[in-house]
Amino acid sequence: MLRYTLRRLLGAIPTMLVIISLAFVLLHAAPGGPFDAQKALPPEIKKSIEHTYHLDEPLYEQYGRYLVQILHGDFGPSYQYRGTRVNDLIAEGFPVDVGIGSIALALALIFGTAIGILAALRQNSVWDYLPMGIAMLGISIPSFVIAPVLILIFAVTLHWLPAGAWSGGDPSHLVLPALALAAPYTAYVARLMRGSMVEVLGSPFIRTAHAKGLPLRTIVLRHAIKPALMPLVSFLGPAVVGIITGSIVIETIFGLPGIGRYFVDGALNRDYTVVLGVTILYGALILLFNLLADLAYALLDPRIRL
Amino acid sequence: MTSEALIEVRSLDIEFTTPDGLVRAGTGLDLDIHAGEFVGIVGESGSGKSQLLLALLGLNAKNGRLRGSIRYRGTELVGAGKNELGRIRGDRISMIFQDPMTALNPHLRIGRQLTEGLQRHRKTTAAAARARAVEMLRAVHLTEPERRLDQYPHELSGGMRQRVMIAMALICEPELILADEPTTALDVTVQAQILELLQELRQRFGTAVVMVTHDLGVVAQIADRVAVMYGGRIVERGDVDDIFYRSRHPYTEGLRRAIPRLGEDRAARLATIPGNPPNLAQLPRGCPFAPRCAYHMPRCDAEMPTLETVAGTHRKACFYDGPLADAPEVLA
Repeated sequence: MLRYTLRRLLGAIPTMLVIISLAFVLLHAAPGGPFDAQKALPPEIKKSIEHTYHLDEPLYEQYGRYLVQILHGDFGPSYQYRGTRVNDLIAEGFPVDVGIGSIALALALIFGTAIGILAALRQNSVWDYLPMGIAMLGISIPSFVIAPVLILIFAVTLHWLPAGAWSGGDPSHLVLPALALAAPYTAYVARLMRGSMVEVLGSPFIRTAHAKGLPLRTIVLRHAIKPALMPLVSFLGPAVVGIITGSIVIETIFGLPGIGRYFVDGALNRDYTVVLGVTILYGALILLFNLLADLAYALLDPRIRL
Repeated sequence: MTSEALIEVRSLDIEFTTPDGLVRAGTGLDLDIHAGEFVGIVGESGSGKSQLLLALLGLNAKNGRLRGSIRYRGTELVGAGKNELGRIRGDRISMIFQDPMTALNPHLRIGRQLTEGLQRHRKTTAAAARARAVEMLRAVHLTEPERRLDQYPHELSGGMRQRVMIAMALICEPELILADEPTTALDVTVQAQILELLQELRQRFGTAVVMVTHDLGVVAQIADRVAVMYGGRIVERGDVDDIFYRSRHPYTEGLRRAIPRLGEDRAARLATIPGNPPNLAQLPRGCPFAPRCAYHMPRCDAEMPTLETVAGTHRKACFYDGPLADAPEVLA
């Protein structure tokens, strides 16, 4: 297991290099530069700014300089937020994303699995069709639609929860964003879990368990849940990624100070270092969570040896 | 024959509602199983034999429906509640399945799968259950029984897994074991070992066995009584000798003649029954075997013959009463 993990981590290095290089080249290939959007600068001032940030150098030199820089753990200065380093932006915004993201993921896993199992146990009844129908809606409606609807109901009409903003991490401000982010994933997990549970419940070893006279509760909890969770585990890697990137949209709607906002602004303003920094961070997270999902797979299924 | 029947099946119908219509896997089934005896149920694939076995424990798929009566020591099992069935399953009557590769849970250790039935039906401590599991693994001749308890099914071979299944079925010392083609998924050499083991344990524990198989040779070797199924019906039943030496049903006769024998002229074609088994969703009105039968009479298409006494406990469901071509030879 340890050897496998180390091998996977080593294997992640070339992948990261490809991500960095592609992002770097694509960003610089996009028309415009970080200082174009602002009021037309006198050419010599613009030149001097670009010189300060080494933007006047050939691209391969900038690329080499950037690689050396991130090897030192430095994502460089933001071009847009003068005097702020990308590391600071991430350190400030990322905890917000992690907060909403983990709440949303926990909600999706807990409610999704529960709904899926209950639906599978009442297969082809109202208690199967109704939640699965709602789940289908949940998957189909994007979070940028769900979020305003939630705001309309719980903030504007009922006044139960704040419509947005952060106010120093007050938990009540996290509820609606987390719900909006969790909704499609809860729905997806529920459908996934229902499907795999139905399949497992029809498998021969479940019939063996019935033939032993075990009560249904034992059969579900001891015999069926573990194998039924396997597809969920493989979904977990992509789900975490989806939640991280999905939080960009949610943050923007609820006006939360996560990194998503910087990322969107950065992309619009050609703030190369911010976009690259966030891309690298997301890329690393995706690799990490896919590795974790594979490790969890091995832990859950005794037949898989790493 | 002893008067005390463990299981009495009377006019049992087994039906499944499917998108293709009503599938009649069992029609008017009658069968008695007595304490300690070995009953073989033979028939082609799709004759309804496995469904009959599953019906005895109410284990048919959810879209299935049972009509008629199955009594276990006087207790009606058709329509019995989950609790009642749950008390009998695995304790008084247990089951061995066809494929030990899929019938054991790949996610649970052998020990847990062995002991959970015991702990469900008996008041025992975990340690006592474990000791009993070791004892049972020894009884089915598995080496290193203590180590097996902590292994997962995938770490054992097919034959070993089927031994685990048998140990699992016997752990509560049931009165009856239902075995659904227990050797079909195994290598030929392992098949013989497993059958031998079943015989040995049956004698040791005095357990009755109902075994479903399409291997007539196996049945001839170890069964006391045999029921032959075709198209969801029992077409002939009786003592093993009745079926093998004094068969009075054309289908049984056809099955018997289709057994390949050592020393037979290799150039000679193996005897076969022409045609295909009937579709259980579209059974004919009369005898299901009529379309393939060499002794077919007009009457066979119009009505289904009932099980009539031939002699003693020997019953057959066939209108034809004359002799069946070439007299049955003695089986090796």
